[in-house]
Amino acid sequence: MAKRTLSLDGQVIREYEINKERMTIGRKPHNDIQIDNLAVSGEHATIMTILNDSFLEDLGSTNGTLVNGQPIKKHFLQNSDVIEIGKYKLKYLNDQPAKAGQTEFEKTMVLRSAPSGGAPKPKGPGDTQTTTTNIQAQATHTRPGIPSGDRPATLPPKTVPSVPAAAPAGAAPAAAAPSPAAPSAPAAAGATPGGAGVIQILSGPNAGRELPLSKPLTTVGKPGVQVAVIAKRPQGYFITHVEGASFPVVNGKALDAQARQLEDHDVIELAGVKMEFYLKS
Amino acid sequence: MVRSHNEDSIALEPEIGLAVLADGMGGYNAGEVASGIATALIANETKEAISRLDPHTVDRATGRMLATRLMAEIISRANASIYQSANSQPQYAGMGTTLVAALFCDNRVTVSHIGDSRCYRLRDQQLEQITRDHSLLQEQIDSGLLTREAARRSQNKNLVTRALGIEPEVEPEIHTYEAQEGDIYLLCSDGLNDMVEDADIELTLTSLSANLPLAAEQLVQMANDAGGRDNISVILIKIRKAFPAEEGWVSRVLSWFK
Repeated sequence: MAKRTLSLDGQVIREYEINKERMTIGRKPHNDIQIDNLAVSGEHATIMTILNDSFLEDLGSTNGTLVNGQPIKKHFLQNSDVIEIGKYKLKYLNDQPAKAGQTEFEKTMVLRSAPSGGAPKPKGPGDTQTTTTNIQAQATHTRPGIPSGDRPATLPPKTVPSVPAAAPAGAAPAAAAPSPAAPSAPAAAGATPGGAGVIQILSGPNAGRELPLSKPLTTVGKPGVQVAVIAKRPQGYFITHVEGASFPVVNGKALDAQARQLEDHDVIELAGVKMEFYLKS
Repeated sequence: MVRSHNEDSIALEPEIGLAVLADGMGGYNAGEVASGIATALIANETKEAISRLDPHTVDRATGRMLATRLMAEIISRANASIYQSANSQPQYAGMGTTLVAALFCDNRVTVSHIGDSRCYRLRDQQLEQITRDHSLLQEQIDSGLLTREAARRSQNKNLVTRALGIEPEVEPEIHTYEAQEGDIYLLCSDGLNDMVEDADIELTLTSLSANLPLAAEQLVQMANDAGGRDNISVILIKIRKAFPAEEGWVSRVLSWFK
C-alpha cells in the first residue's frame, strides 16, 4: 500500500499514502496533504500518479518547491527524493520493485482505454493481478535558524485520510510488472572485478602503445584481415574471433569460435601483431 | 532467473525477404501461443501472397506499394485468428502479442509493427530506431511528461497500448523505407532495449558488423549481463547488395534466441 510520512525534525509525524491519481499539497484545509504554515501557498503543489510513476508539479507557489535541493516546476519522482515545501521536508518512498513478485517482472501487458472515461485500465491478460503503487513519502521539518523553543505551529492533526482501502473507482488501477530499477543492475561498465583491462602492443610499428578497454566492446586487429573483439563483462574480459581466416592465438594456443576469458598478462597474437592483456589496479 | 518458457517467437523467410518477431503475453503458455500464431501465420500467408503477386508494384486502390496493403491484410487476419482462439478457449483468454515484421523487396523495406517490439537500422555507423513504440511510456514522452532519459527510470515499462489479438480489429503501423547496401536492420523484443542502451547496441553493431551471429549473441549477452529477466529475441539482417525487384532478394538473415 502506498504510504507517505511527514516528520518533524527528522521524526516521522505523518505518513501519507498516494492513493489517488491527483493529490494536492497546500496550506488550505481542502488539500490532501495540508501543511498549515504561512510559507506554504494555499494550493502549493500536486502529485500526479500514473500507474507506478508519480510526478510532482509546483502550482506557481509563492516560495517554490524544491526536490533534493533544486527548485522544480515539474519533476518525475524517484524513490527517496526529498521534497521541500516551505520549511517542511517530505520524503518520497517507492519500494515497489522490492515487493512485487519476481515472477511478475517484465511481463508485457496491454493498456486499454476504460470504456467510460476514467483512467486507462491495464489489461493483464491471463492473470488479473493488480499491484498497487507502493509509495511512501516522509516529511521532515527543518528549522534553519529557529531556536528550539520557537517552533512554528506545525501540522494540523487531521490532514489526509490515510485509508489504505480501495482507491476511488477510476483512480490508479495499477497493474503490470515493474521492471527492476535499471541502476541496480550490474552495469556492464565499471563493475569488472580485478582492475581496468588494458592491451599493450608488444610488436610491430605501434609497439609500446596502450589501449584501455574502457568500452563494453573493443575490437582489435585489421578489418578484412583478422579481427577479434574483447568484451568487458561483469565477470571479466573475454576475447572472441570476429573475422578472418585464422583465429587469434592466446598464450601460443589458437582460439576456436568460443569466447575465451582473458587472464592478467595473457599474450595475444593477432594479424601478425603481439599484444599483452593486463589489469591495471 | 530464467523464465520457464519463451513467450517470443520469430519467423524468417529469406527467399521472400521476410523477418517476423513477436513477443507474446498472457498466462501459462498463452503468450507463446499468441506469438507463435502471429509469426507462423504471417510467414505462411506472406509466402503464399508473394507467389502470386509482386509486392513492389503500386496498388491501384491505395496508390501505395502493394506490400503495404498486403501486410495490413495479413496482420489483420493474424489478429482475427488470435482473437478467436482467445475467445473460444478459456486457457487462452486475454492472450495477445506485440509484432514487428520487415519485408524486403525492390531495394525497399516495409516495416510493420504493433506494440513495443522494435526495428532499428544501422546506416553509416549511426543507429536509428525506425519504429515508435505503441506504449504508455512513448505516449508520455510524446506528450512531454517524460524525457527519454527519465523514461528509462519509469516503473511503467511493458505497458503496451496496442497489441495483436486483444481486440477484434487492430491497426498496424506500416511504413516503407529505402534500403541501402551496408544497412543492418535489427528487430528485437523489449527484453533487449529495456536492458541495453541504444549507444551500446550501436557500438555492438558497428564493431561486429562483419560477424552478425556474434553480434546477435553479444546483444543477448549484454542484456543478460545487465540483469535481463525477460525473453530476449534479436534478428539481424544485413543488406549485402542492392536487391532490385527483378533480381530477387539478397540478404543475410540471422537470429539468436535466448
